Amino acid sequence: MARLNMVEAIDQCLLQEMQRDERVIVLGEDVGRDGGVFRVTEGLFERFGPQRVIDTPLAESGIVGMAIGMAIAGFRPVAEIQFSGFAYPAYDQLVCHAARMRNRSRGEFTVPLVVRTPYGGGIRALEHHSESMEAVFVHVPGLKVVVPADPYEAKGLLASAVRDPDPVIFFEPARVYRAIRTEVPEEPYTIPLGKARMVREGRDVTLIAWGAQVRIIREAAERLAAEGVAEAEVVDLRTLSPFDHETVIDSVKKTGRAVVVHEAPRTGGFGAEVSAQIMERAVLHLEAPVVRVTGFDTVPPLAKLEDYYQPDVEAVVEAVRESLRF
Amino acid sequence: MPIRPLVSYSIERVEVLREDGTVDEELMPSLSADEIQRLYEHMVLTRRFDERMFKLQRQGRLGTFARVTGQEGAQIGAVFALRPDDWLVPAFRENGALLWRGITMTQLLQYWSGDERGGAFPRALRTLPISIPVGTHLLHAVGIGWAMKEAGEDSAVLTFFGEGATSTGDFSEALNMAGVFQVPVVFFCQNNQYAISVPFTRQTAAPTVAQKALGYGIFGVQVDGNDVFAVYRATREALERARSGKEPTLIEAHTYRVTDHTTSDDARRYRSDEEVAAWLKRDPIERLAHYMRAQGFLDEAREAEIAAEADRKVAEAVEAFESIPPPEPEEIFRHVFAQKTRPLEEQEAALLARWERRR
Repeated sequence: MARLNMVEAIDQCLLQEMQRDERVIVLGEDVGRDGGVFRVTEGLFERFGPQRVIDTPLAESGIVGMAIGMAIAGFRPVAEIQFSGFAYPAYDQLVCHAARMRNRSRGEFTVPLVVRTPYGGGIRALEHHSESMEAVFVHVPGLKVVVPADPYEAKGLLASAVRDPDPVIFFEPARVYRAIRTEVPEEPYTIPLGKARMVREGRDVTLIAWGAQVRIIREAAERLAAEGVAEAEVVDLRTLSPFDHETVIDSVKKTGRAVVVHEAPRTGGFGAEVSAQIMERAVLHLEAPVVRVTGFDTVPPLAKLEDYYQPDVEAVVEAVRESLRF
Repeated sequence: MPIRPLVSYSIERVEVLREDGTVDEELMPSLSADEIQRLYEHMVLTRRFDERMFKLQRQGRLGTFARVTGQEGAQIGAVFALRPDDWLVPAFRENGALLWRGITMTQLLQYWSGDERGGAFPRALRTLPISIPVGTHLLHAVGIGWAMKEAGEDSAVLTFFGEGATSTGDFSEALNMAGVFQVPVVFFCQNNQYAISVPFTRQTAAPTVAQKALGYGIFGVQVDGNDVFAVYRATREALERARSGKEPTLIEAHTYRVTDHTTSDDARRYRSDEEVAAWLKRDPIERLAHYMRAQGFLDEAREAEIAAEADRKVAEAVEAFESIPPPEPEEIFRHVFAQKTRPLEEQEAALLARWERRR
């Protein structure tokens, strides 16, 4: 089986979805001739031409707004926002229209739209290129929010997103793009939205993350095991909206301890939702308070201070020790 | 009921300095030999600094940045017309303009190396920090212009952006509000023909950026952006219009991005070497040098001297930059609010304790 990085896996998924369904089109800034600034759409323009792989003018609101119209009229647009830090002009379109068209028209008009966008730090980038603001999209009723953790996951989750009847925001961890390779089957496959993934079984503590942090909690679990501290269960949420509380709650009922990790700002981050759900559904099983390892309520710093901001393996290991000590 | 033309407009293009180094004497702005010398020196400094920054970036000593090479005529010609009490609202490709406004090379190096302390442009310079989101800052220029007018100051505002920005909603909103409120703002578009890979012809169906002014009832003009005299002339006129009548202007400087979009881009993927080579022949610095040689303001020795002087200043700045100690983690929390909030205090303490344990 081929070992692909995430850029290649997403590219392959888009190619196959476009082959499978001619209503699938790709649009965004530099997605065509240039193949995308991260090369995620490499080769699609050559293969499908400018009618299906559309280089747009520089206008995020325009890209998403137009994609909404395309979706209403029967296409399956996959729009790219070049960096999620530039998604905010399109936020209005997403919140006021993409997320509501079904409800507003009582199901007569729907928006089967995917917005793909890189997010997150660790790439030593300029301002607005490192944010992890998934929570502000999760908070919008009517939007699904998906964050793949590795190449295999990205291909299967994106295929589901493209085939989904509703708008999906697909956050791609820029740090993971070329950092790892996994085995990715050549043939198309889907991974259902709204179902978390048990990455590693354990009994002492549940580690929960999504996107780029899944690697970190996995490594932390391995270190904890190697040091004989704990056998940690590792859960990759995959989809933040809808949130699969079942996998998390089942795990916490078993371990009695939970550590949630995200690089997004702490206040109002999705970790708060995870923690609240655990409180509501498993409080009597808890041996310790839920611990959050997160970014800060600050602007993500530029390169020189980035390492201080990002949650790392050591911080997760510390959090687990804290939970165990309680 | 006859059908009759209701209104018709035309858009002018201003050219002063020809490629052979001769000028249109009637249109030549009044500039002393000394001023022309300073223009040239600053354009050379901007170019040398850009080239050095590129090398530093390739060595991993700087992060991603957007080069200005080839656009010195547009950029320096425009800011040369500003007074110190005017405002500059830049985008992200304006290192040359920022230097002219008094931001130091050391500070710019610091910023582009990923040290936010470099973003502290002194307030007295009336120069806003680098703004990376495309087109959004034009509205800030309108607000500052409104405030200058309200305060009874005769200062104006100049804001830079590229032709890509003209596709954004905020561009339309800014020009519209500037027209409605008649604010002293000069919208200066460096139309360098590419928004990353997308050429101007795919950015808009309009043949010029300048004509977009007409839809908002404001004045618009195109200039040859590689002709520093035309740029200076048009900007000075726009600033005078701004000061006296508080009227906004849209200037389109027709130029070319001879380098990649940023140091992360590879322009060979989407345009031909021939196209770039044709524009390299229209180099704004060389064109000015042509003129200066003919006027007797410049000879080979002086040219070498100016280049050496620029290199010396750049080298000094690089040295100063490299001696700056790295920022402390406290810097992350220092400027979120005027007063650090309780959650920030707690988070900062937790971070410092975490790193203390690791020492």
